[in-house]
Amino acid sequence: MIIAERKPLEEIRNMLAGYKKILVVGCGTCVTICWAGGEKEVGILSSQLRLASSKDGNELSVMEAVVERQCEKEMVLEELGDKAPGVEAILSLGCGAGVQMMAELFEEKPVLPALNTTFIGMPEKEGLWVEMCGACGDCFLDRTGGICPVVRCAKGLLNGPCGGTRKGGKCEIDPDKDCAWVLIYHRLEKQGRLNLMRKYYEPKNYRAVKRPGKVQAMQA
Amino acid sequence: MIMGGNNKIIAFCCAESAYRAADRAGRLRIHYPDNVRVIRVPCAGRVSVLHILKAFEKGAAGVLVMGCQEGACRHLTGNIRAKERVKYAEDLLKEVGINGQRVKMVNFGPDMAQRFAREIEEMVEKIKEE
Repeated sequence: MIIAERKPLEEIRNMLAGYKKILVVGCGTCVTICWAGGEKEVGILSSQLRLASSKDGNELSVMEAVVERQCEKEMVLEELGDKAPGVEAILSLGCGAGVQMMAELFEEKPVLPALNTTFIGMPEKEGLWVEMCGACGDCFLDRTGGICPVVRCAKGLLNGPCGGTRKGGKCEIDPDKDCAWVLIYHRLEKQGRLNLMRKYYEPKNYRAVKRPGKVQAMQA
Repeated sequence: MIMGGNNKIIAFCCAESAYRAADRAGRLRIHYPDNVRVIRVPCAGRVSVLHILKAFEKGAAGVLVMGCQEGACRHLTGNIRAKERVKYAEDLLKEVGINGQRVKMVNFGPDMAQRFAREIEEMVEKIKEE
């Protein structure tokens, strides 16, 4: 899923300077799971904005809403169709795709991002998410036992390890992180596929996806 | 006073401990400031960050989250969760420019009526000092 982090309150308040009526919109999918932009986070940010503006003596009316998926046109229109027209600006707690979808649907008003979209990842433990996929468009996981060296190796090596692996299989750049290539070695060993480690892989095509990416799926 | 000249203190009290202590304080005729509003919750772990922020938003000057002593929570970890949430609320309040000490987690048992009164007095004093 897409992982995001909330921007500092000061930055959000600077973006909102001058607006008196805003709508804070969360997203019920990825950013809800990673505790960045769900219903609860919308409530917390809205409450902080109200408290901060009241403390400064500014008038700010904050409305709250949560769209099931901000990147889906129909869901945004269904939830915000009657709420959006009455506000001066929309503050989105969605990923970059959510912000852009809303900006397209409500072109006449500014849609501002309250989150920094950071990566595609998965939970390691409660409250901690780690990057797992770089969305490179040319998946390599069949050769690495399902462990992606593109994002999990600090150097993104396709033919690792680099030679700097620390004792205990840790990365030379960050001793708290596992060396992806040590993990790959152990995984392939378990699967009896260590021969894959002896192959040399040509540099990957990192331009497999032309920006902006577009995928046309066939309906099943 | 934070907003609107209010000096109200909201005390979220766990029904198993702090609420009983508050009740006991009443029965023992222990005096404590009258600007406290006691809200009975089934467990301190029921109190979310949002409850705390909303209390301030509605004009509270201080919030106390009162739960069982560590290791004595009927719901096992409710008081530990509450402690972490209070810490988070402190940070969120600081970000807004409100002294984080205006929210406090307190742990005590159902028979500690004196302690209940003392904690409220301390919070009132803290608010007066600012």
